Amino acid sequence: MKKLKNFGYLLAAMFSVWALPATAQSPQPWQLNLQEAATPMAERLGSFHDMLLVIIFAIAIFVLLLLVWVVIRYNAHANPKPSQFTHNVLIEVLWTVIPVAILVVIAIPSFQLLYYQDRIENPDMTLKVTGRQWYWDYEYPDHEGIAFSSYPLGEDELNPAQGDIRLLSTDNKVVLPIDTNIQILMTGGDVIHSWTIPAFGVKIDAIPGRLNETWVRIEKPGTYYGQCSEICGKDHAFMPIEVKAVTKEEFEQWVEQAKEEFASIDADFQPIRTALLQE
Amino acid sequence: MNAAHSATADDHAHDHDDHKPGFFARWFMSTNHKDIGTLYIIFSILAGLIGGLFSMFMRLELQEPGVQFLTDAAGNPDGQLWNMFITAHGLIMVFFVVMPGLIGGFGNWFVPLMIGAPDMAFPRLNNISFWLIVPAFLLLIMSAMIGAEVMDVTYWTETLNERGMIIGDWFGRGAGTGWTIYPPLSSTGYGHDSIAVDMAIFALHLAGASSILGAANFITTIFNMRAPGMTLHKMPLFVWGMLVTAFLLVLAVPVLGGAITMLLTDRNFGTDFFNFAGGGDPILFQHLFWFFGHPEVYIMILPAFGIISHIVSTFSKKAIFGYLGMAYAMVAIGFVGFIVWAHHMYTVGMDVNVRAYFTAATLIIAVPTGIKIFSWIATMWGGSIEFKTPMLWAIGFIFLFTVGGVTGVVLANAGMDVALHDTYYVVAHFHYVLSLGAVFALFAGFYYWIGKMSGRQYPEWMGCLHFWTTFVGVNLVFFPQHFLGLAGMPRRYIDYPDAFEGWNMVSSYGAYMTGASTLFFVVVVFYTLFFGRRAEANYWNVQPQSMTLEWTVSSPPPFHQFDIQPAVK
Repeated sequence: MKKLKNFGYLLAAMFSVWALPATAQSPQPWQLNLQEAATPMAERLGSFHDMLLVIIFAIAIFVLLLLVWVVIRYNAHANPKPSQFTHNVLIEVLWTVIPVAILVVIAIPSFQLLYYQDRIENPDMTLKVTGRQWYWDYEYPDHEGIAFSSYPLGEDELNPAQGDIRLLSTDNKVVLPIDTNIQILMTGGDVIHSWTIPAFGVKIDAIPGRLNETWVRIEKPGTYYGQCSEICGKDHAFMPIEVKAVTKEEFEQWVEQAKEEFASIDADFQPIRTALLQE
Repeated sequence: MNAAHSATADDHAHDHDDHKPGFFARWFMSTNHKDIGTLYIIFSILAGLIGGLFSMFMRLELQEPGVQFLTDAAGNPDGQLWNMFITAHGLIMVFFVVMPGLIGGFGNWFVPLMIGAPDMAFPRLNNISFWLIVPAFLLLIMSAMIGAEVMDVTYWTETLNERGMIIGDWFGRGAGTGWTIYPPLSSTGYGHDSIAVDMAIFALHLAGASSILGAANFITTIFNMRAPGMTLHKMPLFVWGMLVTAFLLVLAVPVLGGAITMLLTDRNFGTDFFNFAGGGDPILFQHLFWFFGHPEVYIMILPAFGIISHIVSTFSKKAIFGYLGMAYAMVAIGFVGFIVWAHHMYTVGMDVNVRAYFTAATLIIAVPTGIKIFSWIATMWGGSIEFKTPMLWAIGFIFLFTVGGVTGVVLANAGMDVALHDTYYVVAHFHYVLSLGAVFALFAGFYYWIGKMSGRQYPEWMGCLHFWTTFVGVNLVFFPQHFLGLAGMPRRYIDYPDAFEGWNMVSSYGAYMTGASTLFFVVVVFYTLFFGRRAEANYWNVQPQSMTLEWTVSSPPPFHQFDIQPAVK
């Protein structure tokens, strides 16, 4: 078993090295493992997965070796006369108890991860997300209600020089500060959608009539991508999520700028609103 | 298991003639379990080819980034058409291929034979079970084609000349909801206003009624019609698998029936069961669906477990290791299958303690499943194994089911599932246990029993070639999908970022290989039926310790088997 375990570590190590060129943000060609973590949640998730990978490789290889051995040793040529045993209490107890022990080994870190992910007390700020057919609405209730919609960039709008990626880049990016506990509230405007950023280790459904909650604490500035993860109609594949993580100072600057940019949309409607009210 | 056999093939040599009815009465008004089983198997193969055709189009589209084939007339991606394809593929494979094949086909054929019964308990009910599933399938196909361009005469006279044909012309605005048909998407107002979804719901109603009636029939047959001496603890494992499956069907399918009926009234009669604006809750549907849906995956795999047990025992020339453990492992899997459903819903926002419970309960399933895997290997251990085609499929099943099983252990963890839910990792996982599990068992059972069913044996080289091409093909399709899922590629996507191209290409090539292999299987079927050599009663030379009663009658068995009721020691 020890040898098997070492082999498992080797494989896990091999996989993580292979995945390294994925400099965090977006998926890479021929990638084999999870995207690089950008939050403590994703880090814990990644190390839990590394552990699982060792265990499942060990089990699968153990079963494979048993099968190979049986095929070589007990084929009709090698073993013309079959033995006739049908019971062995010891081995039956073993192959019941050992899997239970393995499951306990899995369950403990699994629960730790689960309860850590659940929610954050006293967040520093809140982001509200609404999934719609087929775009995302974002609101910053702690920042004078900045609100905007985020659509994917069309193929003619892409600017590869800026690092735009087809089907992942959006027109209005979600800007968030690093090193900040951010609560994310989620709801659906029409059907069920699901908001995810793999590098954050976050995925939560946007369900009409419900308010779901998760949280992130981004550790590195950068651009992170995700895609809608619950079938939501014909353009399910075309409502990406793009988060731009910046330093706190840059975030404050962006807030000032965004207040004007997105307030101006509101201002356009002001005369209409006034007119309607007067009627 | 130690079925002795007072009735042998020789008893039928002096057979009185079989009193087979005429063609129409025999195949359309059948009350004979073997004929109905045959109809189910033919149906399952045909539906499998259609469901497989959908997957070929899907892999063709996903081979490269961008949308090349599933476009509208203007050349834009036709997401609704894509969603309809994945929905049709899923529903067809689950309800019209695996279930009719394993339960209706092999279950009907071999449960009565294995327990020494003359037929099923309710032969006419058996007939109606089959004839409900045919219109169910037609409704589903019609739901996909309603409003299709090709239904319009002007299409053939004008449109075709103007712009040529695209794939989308053959399909209407069908149900593009995924096989899970979650509201609000499947409700009205969000792209599914036409009657396509209503027809799909009705198709599921009929298929469900068919399953429930069939299950009631199996339970009655197995409890009341076993040969003298065949206690429950001597019953062949395939019959055990069918018994547990039948109970799961009776308990789970009505819940689906209720859920889709509520969806139907939400859509058409103004109720608000799942409409939050009217006080309902879309998550209620998910709970109801998965209370059915999770047992459903065991419904698809338990008969497969039974088939694999018989094949492993026969070709190892050894009795099944730990027979009672094997039987009660299936009972345990069936029971636990009812208390794990919400592991399909880890991201809907359930309370963290609920998720912790479902994580723990789900992990437990690994224990009885492990017992089965190790017992099969222990059965082979010390055996004298012959690698005939059914045994190849069985060994393939054992390994690939293990691979699907361990990724299931990964997904069982609610914390981990956050990264993998609704990605290709899940697609890879459930295809390893279903496509490479249940479908492998279908092929294993087919090669094991085709001689018994048709009286003609397939050529061994053809079976082996079919196995190896399928084995390599499906692993090429589904293994790379683990990588795609880990990297974050969501499922049910018509198009994907360019970084995912590599593994998608590999996956698609694997699909073409599997497709070619499946066409070759059709050739094998026809060759066997018309030119296969005649099969004896016990053409596998099944040894006494692996013996089940179907090997005591001729191949094919007489129209009415067992002139003398067999007795089991």
